Amino acid sequence: MADDAFDAIVVGAGPAGVSAAIAMARAGLKVVILERGEYPGAKNVQGAVLYSRMLHEIIPDFWKDPEAALERPIVEQKTCITTEDSWVTVGYRSQKFLEGVPNCYTIIRVRFDRWYAEKAAEAGAEVYAGVKVEDVVRENGGIVGIRTSEGDELRASVVIACDGVNSIVAQKAGFRKELRPAEVALGAKEVLGLPAEKIEDRFALEPGQGATMELFGSITEGMLGYVFIYTNKDSLSLGVGCKLSDYQKKGIRPSDHLERVKRHPYIKKLISGAKTLEYSAHLIPEGGFKSMPPLAADGFLTAGDAAQMVNAAYREGSNLAMTSGRLAGETVVEAKIKGDFSGATLSSYVDKLRRSYVWSDLEEVKDLEAAVERSEGFLDFYPRLANDLAYLRFSVDGRPKKEHLKQAIALVRKRGFLRVAKELWPIRKAAI
Amino acid sequence: MSVSETFKHEVALPEGAETVEAKLGYLDYKKSPKPHIALRDGGPESPCATRCADKPCVTVCPAKVYEWEDAQKKILVAYENCIECGACRMLCPFDNIACDWPAGGFGVKYKYG
Repeated sequence: MADDAFDAIVVGAGPAGVSAAIAMARAGLKVVILERGEYPGAKNVQGAVLYSRMLHEIIPDFWKDPEAALERPIVEQKTCITTEDSWVTVGYRSQKFLEGVPNCYTIIRVRFDRWYAEKAAEAGAEVYAGVKVEDVVRENGGIVGIRTSEGDELRASVVIACDGVNSIVAQKAGFRKELRPAEVALGAKEVLGLPAEKIEDRFALEPGQGATMELFGSITEGMLGYVFIYTNKDSLSLGVGCKLSDYQKKGIRPSDHLERVKRHPYIKKLISGAKTLEYSAHLIPEGGFKSMPPLAADGFLTAGDAAQMVNAAYREGSNLAMTSGRLAGETVVEAKIKGDFSGATLSSYVDKLRRSYVWSDLEEVKDLEAAVERSEGFLDFYPRLANDLAYLRFSVDGRPKKEHLKQAIALVRKRGFLRVAKELWPIRKAAI
Repeated sequence: MSVSETFKHEVALPEGAETVEAKLGYLDYKKSPKPHIALRDGGPESPCATRCADKPCVTVCPAKVYEWEDAQKKILVAYENCIECGACRMLCPFDNIACDWPAGGFGVKYKYG
């Protein structure tokens, strides 16, 4: 490793770190990415859905690169509200999602991350894997570099912490305390091998196209979260993700939860005959806006999961990581031109975030989780109500429809119309 | 009184369900030569043995790193199972788990992630 100083040290070769490094390396800055995994992606887990627009802003037309590790472009997204033996499905499919910049792709993160880190290297960044950052180096109150677990010291004008939800760098720099179980979700997932034709048959897909599905209701066993199933080329990603504090309260191991999920009648048919290729687990920062650490300080910036930038209501994270990483990188480029890496200068990063969807979206959903949690109804009452109403709507039992309607109104009245209206109103923020 | 005397963790898994041990079998690890997880107090007077009734590390850890050893009245730590999610540090009600990362390049190596 070169010992002369860098313009920037990026900690973590995930979507945030690589995006930051690309922005800086392209502007001619001397950049190094340090990744603790044996290779980029080795420690990274995601569902995974990649939203194209934010990557397109960094790697234009990336989907035309045959090397880009993409699985399937998504034409259909479904939400499924379950009871133990029934479910209501709401979904939308359109080929419009493939036009122009395709809306999103499923990806397998390890493959994608290796490809993406390669792009940073091509842009001129040095990428070192297998290097664990132990601490930051401070001088005169500002951050001037990092120390690796091997004891090497590396110096730079700026350190950008993109080291994920458990950000050791942000903690060591004193910007963040340990997260609480209520601020994170614990996700566990399996990649299940299944031939492409079977996937396309089961999800009624054109060859090569994909679908995603999130399931709520009884399937989360009274915990706040959801189950997801995504179609890859020749595998399915099946996962659970619920608040860590809920797993803690219930004493449930997510791997056991996943086993029960596999036996739900809806999931069972989709995964029948599939062969498990890998099991994984990871934390998802869900404190969002309210858990955000200081984003800029003297010689320091942070982006992506390390900065809590996940919009859980919309299952967005890696896109926020890419945008925040890019904006952090662009901020450092400006600071380099000014020759000033003080917190005051670097805080223009926060202004850039404020002008982007990142800030607006995180601010918009900041009270959503609390609103959902205030009413235990979302975990049991509403999923059942949705199923009961659907049952009434679709049953032909010889009774006049008027009686069905009366019965439906009675079901809602049991909870109180005003209460229902009050409880459902905050959900609009996750509806559009 | 020791709360641990009553601690039993039994999970009723559906028939044919895969255990977490079997799931870990799908994974590749580069085994770290030294533990990256330690209990701050692992002795007989530790909070695990005296105060922690629920033992969320034992019940929730997605890699079953933590097991309650009733005979010795202590938590056993199988750090080599760890898939590095970081949940245990937050789960422990007594802040008794010091969980660092394995040294650079060591630990779990996801192929899919």
